[in-house]
Amino acid sequence: MKKNMEKNSMFKKLVLTSAALMALSVPSANASESKGVHEIVDVPFSFEGPLGTYDKASLQRGLMVYRQVCSACHSLKRVAYRNLEALGYTPDQIKTIAGDVTVMDGPNDEGEMFERPGRPSDRFKSPFANDKAAAAGNGGAVPPDLSLITKARHNGADYVYSILTGYAEAPHGVVIAEGKHYNKAMDGNVIAMAPPLSDGAVSYEDGTPQIVSQYAKDVATFLTWAAEPELEHRKQMGVKVILFLCVFAGIMYAVKRQIWKKVH
Amino acid sequence: MSAGPHASQRTPFQNPVIEWVDQRLPIFTMVNKEYGVFPTPKNFNYFWNFGAIAMFMLVTMIVTGITLAMHYAANTGIAFDSVERIMRDVNYGWLIRYIHMNGASFFFIAVYIHIFRGMYYGSYKAPRELLWIFGVVIFLLMMATAFMGYVLPWGQMSFWGATVITNLFSAIPVVGTSIVEWLWGGFSVDNPTLNRFFALHYLLPFVIVGVVFLHIWALHVTGSNNPSGIEPKTEKDTLPFHPYYTMKDSFGLVVFVAIYAAFVFFMPNALGHPDNYTPANPMVTPAHIVPEWYFLPFYAILRAINFDIGIPFTDIVFFEAKLGGVLAMFGSIAMVLIMPWLDKHPVRSARYRPKFRVALLVFVVSVLALGKIGGMPADAPLAHIGSFLLTTTHIAQILTLYYFAFFLVILPYLSKRERPLPMPESINDAVLQGQKSDQKSEKCCEA
Repeated sequence: MKKNMEKNSMFKKLVLTSAALMALSVPSANASESKGVHEIVDVPFSFEGPLGTYDKASLQRGLMVYRQVCSACHSLKRVAYRNLEALGYTPDQIKTIAGDVTVMDGPNDEGEMFERPGRPSDRFKSPFANDKAAAAGNGGAVPPDLSLITKARHNGADYVYSILTGYAEAPHGVVIAEGKHYNKAMDGNVIAMAPPLSDGAVSYEDGTPQIVSQYAKDVATFLTWAAEPELEHRKQMGVKVILFLCVFAGIMYAVKRQIWKKVH
Repeated sequence: MSAGPHASQRTPFQNPVIEWVDQRLPIFTMVNKEYGVFPTPKNFNYFWNFGAIAMFMLVTMIVTGITLAMHYAANTGIAFDSVERIMRDVNYGWLIRYIHMNGASFFFIAVYIHIFRGMYYGSYKAPRELLWIFGVVIFLLMMATAFMGYVLPWGQMSFWGATVITNLFSAIPVVGTSIVEWLWGGFSVDNPTLNRFFALHYLLPFVIVGVVFLHIWALHVTGSNNPSGIEPKTEKDTLPFHPYYTMKDSFGLVVFVAIYAAFVFFMPNALGHPDNYTPANPMVTPAHIVPEWYFLPFYAILRAINFDIGIPFTDIVFFEAKLGGVLAMFGSIAMVLIMPWLDKHPVRSARYRPKFRVALLVFVVSVLALGKIGGMPADAPLAHIGSFLLTTTHIAQILTLYYFAFFLVILPYLSKRERPLPMPESINDAVLQGQKSDQKSEKCCEA
């Protein structure tokens, strides 16, 4: 009993000490913000962890945000409309989504290029014809393709979320050049992209709050799917593989013990 | 009825088909001799699993690699896209690629542990020097293969890593630039470079297979070393390889594969760099160019030499800093190669060499620390000591100094001076001693 109580008080001490340490560390985090160290928010996403899966409603909302906002400047050229089946759309819905764009095809039998509505087999249509056009339209900086953005940045989805929610007034003494913007999450705190989201900019039909942080979370989810469409399949397979290997290792160990018994 | 020189050593097989083949080519006799009844020291610990594990990784890499090569296109215009096609559109392409990508890391993990095992228990010492040299050759070939493989996806780190590493050869006096252009097949890392790297990346693993064969051949001539470092003397000291070690290796392998699978399925990109998911762009240099983690200790040694080497207080320079760094980097592996001649101490195992043991463990820590530093930017400030600013480069220099001192000073010194602990008469005695001390410790715990 006594031992237990001792343990309890030890535990309490530990908790109190760590709480005090945390309280101390909060102001220092604020201090680093004002100095301009880039700040990545850790967002709880449904696809994290070994059993994580995509939240389909969030994926669909994220697609909406991408199509209505991001797609004005950013391409998504490695994802095909047919891939949207994974978001829970029916083939007919996908046809409608693909049909919204006009793509250049050809040459036809007469040798002419021609325009036609998009098909499910097409990849997402890029907003600019080529990188030169993209740079010319965006003050010299090419907006990166978003198909792999969560894999191409440290902290992936958290990074995307943090950039989208990281716009703020530049602190005193920090001069931001014309056409650039202050962003807490960006390395160096200066970003060329103007704040793309604002509250109410995209209308959700399912009653989800129409605020920047929600848009950012949904589009970060969607872009994670765009970069890792195999994620759910991979993790589900991984659970089975690991379980199998653990059982197999156990059996192998038992057999090994049995064989070695005579030697020991 | 005598059929050639092997007939006398052959015991006939029961199965008529096997017997028919074996009479004509005694392959079953050989397998039985080398992997069936092969006398193996009975005191192996789990460190002895890593040879078999490395072998498994080599086969895994070749099988997944050939499959990937069926879908990959070695052309700067479409290499990145072809890899993404494998990831998205090829059936289970993501699985094959992640197995291959993480397989490189786990191959190196297995080989590093295997090398450490060899150092700790003195497996490099006579009569196993040639066996050790084949091992270092395999390691060098692996490094070349891994480096070229990393270039193939043609991401930012592929391109810039290739640029930095190939440029090292320009440090060679007089012919350096010509050599680099010859390696590139042009005046920068470009399509000819990618093409030849793919060809060599496909070729070298088979060269590795060849050297592995020599490595195992040499092993089967001398027999395995063991944790006591004492050669087997009687039959009491050994066990047949099968079923004892086939079983122990299988168990160790499954545990290793489980950890490997955890990476493949749950964090496939944890060991890679995000920049390699951005297509190569010769116009944009990444903020920090870093090689794959398994090269970081050598990269740190390369960068540690940031000063010209010459006669102090004069203008005479023998090596410029760049050449010095390159020599230090290759020299660090040359040290491992000549280790059998640096350490001439008659006792093999670190178990009976307390001083060597400490020096080796400090060496391991310094290599790990070099790896940590190699992943950080050079000249990054760490702390102020008075007016002196301590940077990552200073730490790298100290660690590099220890790395070379370990081989060139400590090993030769300990060879002459170190007095070993009393050693058991035989492997069997070593095992019995171990069991006694186990029982003692158990008793003391019960009390």
